[in-house]
Amino acid sequence: MILWLIPILPLVGAAINGLFGRRFSNRTVSAIGLLFPGLAMLYTWWIAAQFFPNPSTIIQTYGLPWIKVGSFTVEYGFQLDQLSMLMALIVTGVGFLIHVYSVGYMAHEGGYYRFFSYLNLFMFFMLTLVLANNYLLMFVGWEGVGLASYLLIGFYFLRDSASAAGKKAFIVNRIGDFGFLIALFLIIQHFGTVNFGEVFAKANGMPVETAGAGLLTAIGLLFLLGATGKSAQIPLYVWLPDAMEGPTPVSALIHAATMVTAGVYMISRSNVIFNHAPIALSAVAVIGCATAFFAATIGLVQHDIKRVLAYSTVSQLGYMVMACGVAAYSAGMFHLMTHAFFKALLFLGAGSVIHALGGEQDMRKMGGLRRYIPVTFWTMTAATLAISGFPGFSGFFSKDEILFRAYVHGPNGWILWLIGLITAFLTAFYMFRLWFLTFFGEYRGGTGHDQHAGREEHHGHAPHESPKVMLIPLVILAILSVIGGWVGISKAMGGSNHFEHYLAPIFEHEEAAPESAALAPQVEPSSTMELKLSIDATLAALAGIGLAWFFYYKRRDLPEKMATSLHGLYVLLENKYFVDEFYGAAIVKPLILGSTYLLWKGIDVGVIDRTVNDSADAARDVSRGFRQMQSGNIRSYAGWVAAGAAAVVVFMIWKGTR
Amino acid sequence: MLHLALFLIFGVIAVAGAINLVAQTHPINSALSLVVVMAALAAEYLLLGAEFLAAIQVIVYAGAIMVLFVFTIMLLNAGAEEHTRGSKVALIIGVPGLIVGSVTVAWALIHAHTGAEVPVGSLYGSAQDIGHLLFRDFLLPFEITSVLILIAIMGAVVLARRES
Amino acid sequence: MVPISYYLVLSAILFALGVLGFLIKRNIITIFMSIELMLNAVNLSFVAFAAYWHALSGQVFVFFVMVVAAAEAAVGLAIIIAVFRTRQTLNPDRVNLLKL
Repeated sequence: MILWLIPILPLVGAAINGLFGRRFSNRTVSAIGLLFPGLAMLYTWWIAAQFFPNPSTIIQTYGLPWIKVGSFTVEYGFQLDQLSMLMALIVTGVGFLIHVYSVGYMAHEGGYYRFFSYLNLFMFFMLTLVLANNYLLMFVGWEGVGLASYLLIGFYFLRDSASAAGKKAFIVNRIGDFGFLIALFLIIQHFGTVNFGEVFAKANGMPVETAGAGLLTAIGLLFLLGATGKSAQIPLYVWLPDAMEGPTPVSALIHAATMVTAGVYMISRSNVIFNHAPIALSAVAVIGCATAFFAATIGLVQHDIKRVLAYSTVSQLGYMVMACGVAAYSAGMFHLMTHAFFKALLFLGAGSVIHALGGEQDMRKMGGLRRYIPVTFWTMTAATLAISGFPGFSGFFSKDEILFRAYVHGPNGWILWLIGLITAFLTAFYMFRLWFLTFFGEYRGGTGHDQHAGREEHHGHAPHESPKVMLIPLVILAILSVIGGWVGISKAMGGSNHFEHYLAPIFEHEEAAPESAALAPQVEPSSTMELKLSIDATLAALAGIGLAWFFYYKRRDLPEKMATSLHGLYVLLENKYFVDEFYGAAIVKPLILGSTYLLWKGIDVGVIDRTVNDSADAARDVSRGFRQMQSGNIRSYAGWVAAGAAAVVVFMIWKGTR
Repeated sequence: MLHLALFLIFGVIAVAGAINLVAQTHPINSALSLVVVMAALAAEYLLLGAEFLAAIQVIVYAGAIMVLFVFTIMLLNAGAEEHTRGSKVALIIGVPGLIVGSVTVAWALIHAHTGAEVPVGSLYGSAQDIGHLLFRDFLLPFEITSVLILIAIMGAVVLARRES
Repeated sequence: MVPISYYLVLSAILFALGVLGFLIKRNIITIFMSIELMLNAVNLSFVAFAAYWHALSGQVFVFFVMVVAAAEAAVGLAIIIAVFRTRQTLNPDRVNLLKL
């Protein structure tokens, strides 16, 4: 099997569409745009068919030496092991479905070829990221997906808000990338290699840093910074809600299923390093947990359907990061997989709703849509149940696993568990709020013709179901949202947890090194405890669903009343805790002021320009001084001549008498 | 003794004429003073035994060149000088330069040749001797100066021609 | 017997007076005459040294100086006449079109 084909195929598609797509018809562009990712997907399946019966780590590096400096070498190398196989399947599979969906969704948009070119480019970078066998090649993919994200968020570049959102995403990501880079430098300096196998072998030989912070802690914390940027955790999550300016398939693919999971993948891949640095691991857990709760509270009161889903993504990513933080890497990856299914489905479904309404995204103007768009309704129901953790659906199993592992982790694990439980309650509540507001009640929007307020222009008429090309991916994803969790059913519930066993070789140090007491489960895990905890989680989900039913179906006046009575809290949540404003005032404004006054006016104009100008002025003044000699006055010339002659004569006499 | 007295008399005349040249305001007075200087210098040449040169000095310098000057002054109807503001440079730099230069030169020359004397009439610069030199050793410069004079004539004619 | 240095001092005095006139006078013809005075002073020097060293070539050189002075006087006066025609003045301070 030729591993490099998997990323290269979409790249070829991107190149063809990018360079020549302007002249092609939409059909040709779609054909090319689907062909290459489709081929990549089929090829990945073929490889998987040979891989699964006999999983083993396969590394392929390519003769072209990339960097060779003294004893430090980096090659273009791809690695196929259980973890990257899983990621490759998710990326190609969900990616292809979203490509199919986009054919229908973007059919009436300008720049059609550009969209598919960028989308294929994204696939190339993402696949490079997950298949790389060394940190540097992974970083190439890491940066590349950031670039693709910028291009796609700012797809409607004529709109100021869209291009601003694209810039924000890229810049905030850059801050995280800075952390990643410094960690990379530390690895190069101390390990002399960036290759995964070699780095992990060396790290394994180092002691666990329980006493205090050391090299591995530093690397871990810096990787965490990178992950907060890419995976939208506190403090760098602020780009994700704004990224909803991009077309909905972009939100589905990049900001739900794949790019944002790169951070989680990276932490999982580096599990050896994190296992040796408990302080970093705790930081990961705390950030993940805090983000999950924080984002869920904001999602409670948003009106834009895509914003709710965006904050939901941030929150669910928080779960995944928290899972990694309690060294339950396979649980985190499990949730990554199920989340890819149901979140992509939720976004595509939301896109279907928006398409049906001709561009309306405000939930206050929706309602009663289940009669008009039934397929969308049923598929979104499946996804909403999955994300809320309703028993039997995929989200239930993955979320449960995380909460259980959090509970048994260390002396304070129950705090993480409790916050996670509350977040699960909030998740169920706001998702079903969305469900009720969109699909139940009477339709609150106008008739089609005065709906010009939407983002994506569409001729107005009554809500209509989307074309089949958009519905088929929805159905497939809905099926996956239901059955996708069944590979990870834990022993306590009667399954054999194939998922965890599959990933075990990667995370073989998951059950922590003996010296690290903090990582070992404090409370003895048992089946009964697991069952009890999953019942707690189910109750929380049902409570959330029930409360949503109460507020948004039975007593529709209540939300207004609560908003008025808890006005301060409501305003705080609606304005997302004013974090963006805070960043703007505390960071952006000082930077701009500093750049303007210190760097621009101070140094560039004041020092550099002034040096150049002043030396020119000095030359001019010196020559002006000399020019006085050429006064145009004959008698002054006479004076100069006499003085000069006297000087020469004196000089010659002086020479002569020596 | 006589030699020294004659030298001093003609020297004083020359210096007086030169001072007068600088002191007078009307150019015609200056021109006539210059003629006096030249005549005195011709006498000095004689004291040094350069009889041919003395004759040439009177004929060419005093007789032709100064006449040319006087003609020009009359042609242009030059009047007494007006008092205009000239350049400060000339006075501030030029005059001190002048003083320094001449004092240095004088000092150097005196220092080099204190006491050495020139006997009067020790060298005869007769016309025959000078002619020998001119037409043998210095023939080339002689011919070139004739070309130079030709050029000067042409230049003077062209430059002074009235625009027609 | 006159020491050579007396001749040289005389020459120097005349030369200095010539330079002084060149710097001070405000009539171009007078300035020109000062130049002639300088040339004469130098001639005296030449002749004195010729007598001192018994070298007649000093006198020949004076001859050539005179020739050149004549040519120079002719051309110089022609230029003065030409300038006078356009500027109507003999004062060099007034010929200042090139002034800063």
